[in-house]
Amino acid sequence: MTQALDFARAHILSPSGLDEQSLGSVLSQLLGPTIDYGDLYFQLSRSESWGLEDGIVKSGSYNIEQGVGVRAISGDKTGFSYSDEILLPALMDASKAARAIAHSHQTGQVQAWQQPSGHHLYLPMDPLGSLSEQDKIDLLHRADAEARKLDPRVSQVNVSLAGVHEVMLVAASDGTLAADVRPLVRMNVSVIIEQNGRREQGSAGGGGRVGYEYFIEDDRGMDYVREAVRMAGVNLESIEAPAGTMDVVLGPGWPGVLLHEAIGHGLEGDFNRKKTSAFSGRIGEQVAARGVTVVDDGTMENRRGSLNIDDEGTGSQCTTLIEDGILKGYMQDKMNARLMGVDSTGNGRRESYAHLPMPRMTNTYMLAGEHDPEEIIASVDKGLYAVNFGGGQVDITSGKFVFSASEAYLIENGKLGAPVKGATLIGNGPDVLTRVSMIGNDLKLDTGVGVCGKDGQSVPVGVGQPTLRVDGLTVGGTGG
Amino acid sequence: MSEQSLPHSLDDLKQAVQQVLERAADQGATSAEAAVSSDVGLSVTARLGEVETLEYHKDQGVGVTVYFGQCKGSASTSDLRTEAINEAVEAACRIARYTAKDPCSGLAEAELMAYDYPDLDLDHPWGIDAEQAIELAREIEAAAMDVDQRITNSDGGSVNAYRGGWVYGNSHGFVGGYVSTRHSLSCTVVGEQDGGMQRDYWYSASRKPEELEGAESVGQRAAERTLRRLGGRRIGTQQAAVLFSADVARSLVGHFVGAIRGSALYRKASFLLDQLGEPVFPEFMHLHEAPHLPGALGSAPFDSEGVRNMAKDLVKDGVLKTYVLDSYSACKLGLANTGNAGGVRNLIVEPTAGDLDSLVRDMGTGLLVTELIGHGINMVTGDYSRGASGFWVENGELAYPVEEITIAGNLRDMFQGIQAVGSDVDLRGSIRTGSILLDRMMIAGE
Repeated sequence: MTQALDFARAHILSPSGLDEQSLGSVLSQLLGPTIDYGDLYFQLSRSESWGLEDGIVKSGSYNIEQGVGVRAISGDKTGFSYSDEILLPALMDASKAARAIAHSHQTGQVQAWQQPSGHHLYLPMDPLGSLSEQDKIDLLHRADAEARKLDPRVSQVNVSLAGVHEVMLVAASDGTLAADVRPLVRMNVSVIIEQNGRREQGSAGGGGRVGYEYFIEDDRGMDYVREAVRMAGVNLESIEAPAGTMDVVLGPGWPGVLLHEAIGHGLEGDFNRKKTSAFSGRIGEQVAARGVTVVDDGTMENRRGSLNIDDEGTGSQCTTLIEDGILKGYMQDKMNARLMGVDSTGNGRRESYAHLPMPRMTNTYMLAGEHDPEEIIASVDKGLYAVNFGGGQVDITSGKFVFSASEAYLIENGKLGAPVKGATLIGNGPDVLTRVSMIGNDLKLDTGVGVCGKDGQSVPVGVGQPTLRVDGLTVGGTGG
Repeated sequence: MSEQSLPHSLDDLKQAVQQVLERAADQGATSAEAAVSSDVGLSVTARLGEVETLEYHKDQGVGVTVYFGQCKGSASTSDLRTEAINEAVEAACRIARYTAKDPCSGLAEAELMAYDYPDLDLDHPWGIDAEQAIELAREIEAAAMDVDQRITNSDGGSVNAYRGGWVYGNSHGFVGGYVSTRHSLSCTVVGEQDGGMQRDYWYSASRKPEELEGAESVGQRAAERTLRRLGGRRIGTQQAAVLFSADVARSLVGHFVGAIRGSALYRKASFLLDQLGEPVFPEFMHLHEAPHLPGALGSAPFDSEGVRNMAKDLVKDGVLKTYVLDSYSACKLGLANTGNAGGVRNLIVEPTAGDLDSLVRDMGTGLLVTELIGHGINMVTGDYSRGASGFWVENGELAYPVEEITIAGNLRDMFQGIQAVGSDVDLRGSIRTGSILLDRMMIAGE
């Protein structure tokens, strides 16, 4: 953590002639009798992406983003302003604008600086330089060649490689002074297979808070290729998905997007403070079947959704949301925690300096149960086995959520049948987990591709779960 | 702030573009293109009678693409200072050393440039200050809360005022730009009945502040939309006629545009491959693009590659007349550039019937969809499956609210199955359509 703070000082503050003292004076200008809290969020980010299409690496881009966001909070009111100039006059202007939320012209006392305890979940490295440009290009070409070699019916291959090197520093009126260096990489493979005039797509990918060598180690990059080609091949054989309510077995890993949509968003502190969530006021109640335990864990090593500290400087945590079926807690940022009289759970996140923080998920998953996955499939007479999903969405007030299967099979008499076309599954968040009737012993996290959107802000997240049987989910196919 | 003055004038932005192009030439690029933007905005939300958030936005950005022969590299930065611009250009040039030769790579042809572009009346700054915006947001929300005592909670009333300048230039010598505004009022409230909660919203958006709907009307419509959803129930799994209300019908038309976009076509990732000249909609349907409509939300005087754009038919008598292409996809497909870099601007679906009420009557029995959630659309195959809520219609009238169901079909069949397009055109976006009635879709429910 100290290393990250030194790095952020050297790369963000020093070049602009700023130091702790000047941050203190900006914050004390921001504060006043009616301003409870203020913070400055500095960010410096360098990102790149490379894309292969038609067998050639035809595009590459590089993005430089930097700036500072200034926030003033008075009760449940927030004033916010930001600047892409990290200079004292710009900071003073931004803080004047932000404090317009409260009518006062006095200044306040900033607490003594203290560095909150965070984690060392990933290295403070620059992933952009972790492979040479030529090695990045070679990796993309190898992926293309592998896809075409695996199946001659492959007609299109798109491969992309993206990396971010982000440095953040937050200074707050409560004395928080903290920084983090956050690497993030991602590789995606998408193929189209064509046969007898029918075309189907398959895609796969992964990544984390690591360097690009992650995709070379253990042949991970080529695993994504194999997975994308396999999935496209399966989809080529797919028949109409059924329509109606049936028992559904969800595979392990990425299908955990169920948890993210069905309960995750509904357990974010802001919605519960405002009582607009279908889960508002339900702590201590049974909201899931016995045996269901769900956590949000920002402390997993190298994972895409992990954070050493959140964007308010609070160390990330493993927060139990549901324990053995009982609703235990919400995910909080500082403001909502204070207004609800609890502590922040380290879930205060923001897309960038130009966005306000809010309670967001990190890595959300369900703990393993005791059933063998085969046993779970064998238990279903007639239903659906869904193993891959696209995105999902939730209306947190009514509790209705959807998630869309991109690879699924019929189950007939306990056996896997034909693959079916993609279909959206819909359910009611507060009751879907009460219908979990079997939990597998095969907990798996996703491969590191999740992006969560809320109020127009995107942040990287993770999900996971073991194989699950859910009784009576509605499957939105076209078949009768 | 209250005058919405931009921190960088169009001339400043033009200079920045020139600086980028010169820097690229210095670095040895054979050609280059750059876009620079500068935006300011004020965004206010009032919740339960008090201001909740007050946000001042000030964004800027530079994007550059350089070409070394047929190899290209791109870079962008949010920092307009010379050092940052130089760093971005150098990064783009470095990338171009590694990308492969691509025969279609390069600027749009010089003769297509919109050297003489029109003024489309897009700039209408709103001289509203924070105090006034807060008061207006309060009025919007208060109007919603007053409608009915079943409106018990709120996500607030909001006021947004935006103004932005955008300049594009390339090494053909084209440099063009314009300033545009976009303002909106919105409201989201929560209603409660028998222990169940629902929320819905309404918004008004326009480039001209004086053309925004009144605060009271925005609030009341948000409340009415929320109230009518209370007591929603599921329906049985069945095939039925489906009517998309105008605001959700826009997404359906959006999928059509996605399928005739050059980038989807050359990748063969579209369900409308090789459909030029073929019927994709019923014969009574016409869709056209009007990029130069004065003051409209989708208007632009030229496309995002500086290419002259013009009004054209996309679909006439149900037949697909053109794809929507930029210079790269046009080259890949061996077709002419259609001036659609950056998308379709003001796509107008011509109404074929009366208003929403008359479409509900025409449908007789079926589902009126007023909200869709999820992303269950496969653009390669056209397979469509999304979560929906709305109203069950019987005897040509709304019978009861419906929720937690899905609707599914294939977009090609859905387009061919359109029965009517309503006259209740929603003008709040770049796609302008009324409600759309489809003959049937599969509904999954109980």
